[in-house]
Amino acid sequence: MEPVPYDKAFAIRLLTDMLRIRRMEEKCAELYGAGKIRGFLHLYIGEEACAVGALHALTAEDNIVATYREHGHALVRGVSMNAIMAEMFGKAAGCSRGRGGSMHLFDSATRFYGGNAIVGGGLPLAVGLALADKMQGIPMVTACFFGDGAVAEGAFHEAMNLAALWKLPVLFCCENNLYGMGTALERAEAQVDLSVKAAGYRMAAAKVDGMDVVAVLEATRLAAGQVRAGAGPFFLEYQTYRFRAHSMFDPELYRDKAEVEKWKERGPLHTFSARLKAEGKLSEKEFLKLDAQAEKEVAAAVDFAERAELESVNDLLTDVYTPAVAP
Amino acid sequence: MKISYREAMRQAMHEALAGDPRVFLMGEDVGKYGGTYAVSKGFIEEFGPERIRDTPLSELGFVGAGIGAALGGMRPIVEVMTVNFSLLALDQIVNTAAVLRHMSGGQFSVPLVVRMATGAGRQLAAQHSHSLENWYAHIPGIRVLAPATIGDARGMLAPALADPDPVIIFEHAQLYNLEGELADDWQCDIARAAVRREGSQVSVFAYGGCLPKAMQAAAELADAGIDAEVIDLRLLRPLDTETIAASVRKTHRAVVVDEGWKSGSLAAEVVARIVEDCFYDLDAPPVRVCSAEVPIPYARHMEEAALPQPAKIVAAVKELLNA
Repeated sequence: MEPVPYDKAFAIRLLTDMLRIRRMEEKCAELYGAGKIRGFLHLYIGEEACAVGALHALTAEDNIVATYREHGHALVRGVSMNAIMAEMFGKAAGCSRGRGGSMHLFDSATRFYGGNAIVGGGLPLAVGLALADKMQGIPMVTACFFGDGAVAEGAFHEAMNLAALWKLPVLFCCENNLYGMGTALERAEAQVDLSVKAAGYRMAAAKVDGMDVVAVLEATRLAAGQVRAGAGPFFLEYQTYRFRAHSMFDPELYRDKAEVEKWKERGPLHTFSARLKAEGKLSEKEFLKLDAQAEKEVAAAVDFAERAELESVNDLLTDVYTPAVAP
Repeated sequence: MKISYREAMRQAMHEALAGDPRVFLMGEDVGKYGGTYAVSKGFIEEFGPERIRDTPLSELGFVGAGIGAALGGMRPIVEVMTVNFSLLALDQIVNTAAVLRHMSGGQFSVPLVVRMATGAGRQLAAQHSHSLENWYAHIPGIRVLAPATIGDARGMLAPALADPDPVIIFEHAQLYNLEGELADDWQCDIARAAVRREGSQVSVFAYGGCLPKAMQAAAELADAGIDAEVIDLRLLRPLDTETIAASVRKTHRAVVVDEGWKSGSLAAEVVARIVEDCFYDLDAPPVRVCSAEVPIPYARHMEEAALPQPAKIVAAVKELLNA
């Protein structure tokens, strides 16, 4: 295997972000069991290399559109763990003021446009953001994350066509975890090689090992570079796997435990940390310290969320419409 | 100056495009074809293909792109050919445009304007003729307008574009050829219903393509010695309950005309509000004149029979007044 092409500090940054997502989500599952978090909760555990690699390849000015499995993306993008946890607790200090919950994390400060829970629904939105940038001469990329399930939606095909037709700066980031909820890809798609679909729109495409944070980062950097240079949209498939159930209601009747265990061998956290250790960029002691820091951040976020205030029900109707600006 | 409804709408869009570089028009055949109803004829030559943007037949895609462009700082006007086709974009309008501000805790507003033709009367049968305004008027987070006069066709677009939230404008297909004087005071605030004819004996409520029918009915009623007031609802969400109630308190009788089907209609909502707010002011139960509960048929005589017509409004009023 090629050596990790980053200095120690940056490599540790990538590992740290994957750890932060992992520890945060493990705690979320626990808090769900305890009844602190309700509604739907979709965990990203196993897929962390995708969000971490991809978002570290983009700039702070780029637009991000994500799905309902977006805790990791929000966190790496720079939304504080406190605000994410408070959102899941339904508190006013949440990043969507408790109006969205786990599936609808939003943050205007980091150009994080959700948290979209209609499968495929975020794709036309991303096309429009990119159209606005292009019309205004803003040289930014709109990165739109979606799963393999979205590829079956009409919205996917309409968005791909519009982006390609108008040569818009959209990076289509398909996180292919092989299952749309409980339906395996081969039971849902006539063509399971998803990157081939881009050819129907004359769009550049690539696929990459989504369990390898370095591969994700390098592929995203390359793709985003082309998009930013004005070459039009790009379809990038991250081949990944979710280790946990689809949501907290999923009994996982549709896949073998052996399959899950096999994928876990390629888990993005332990494979990357092993690589760094082998290259002398990380000691076990350092790893344990990073892990302890992540656990500490999670504990602080839970404490923050516990103590945060609930919004008054008197404000129930706030923000259905934009308040009129005082003259 | 006498102009058509189409020309009034064209002037409004021209003014918006010329006055604000963030405004652009997007939709099927808005450019080279000149607009399905010829509202944007000549625009592509004047403003270019970037701002007069022809789209593929992709309602979900381009309405969604309009939402994204609005978020990205533009002021898109998205034209959907008919309300029947807008159902292909319903997901983006209902699940994204209408909810985004609330779901994001107030962080993202969607200043989008969607224009679409609605209504029957041209023998276009059951996939091009329906009046589904009420489906949209049901949804919190959007504003729904129905310009029914030359003045409103000219005046409603500017405040719709200035609105920070999504606005849907329904243009009844039968109105485009309507001709009339454009009054000097055509500016409007999209906040209130409008009293189109003052009267004392009965309030007739209508909107969109039914307004001219209600006005014709009121004129016929006047000839028969009945003094009807005609209220143009024109703002379908939020409804101007105050103006509705004020009229009923004056006349004590209400007839609601709506090209939608009676079951679950906008007319049902208006009647419910009248009953809630003015029950003891009523001298008789409110009456609705709606479309027959049938997909709009092709044959002319059948289509005419399915729709509210001036004669039906006249008959409903006379029955209400025992006249």
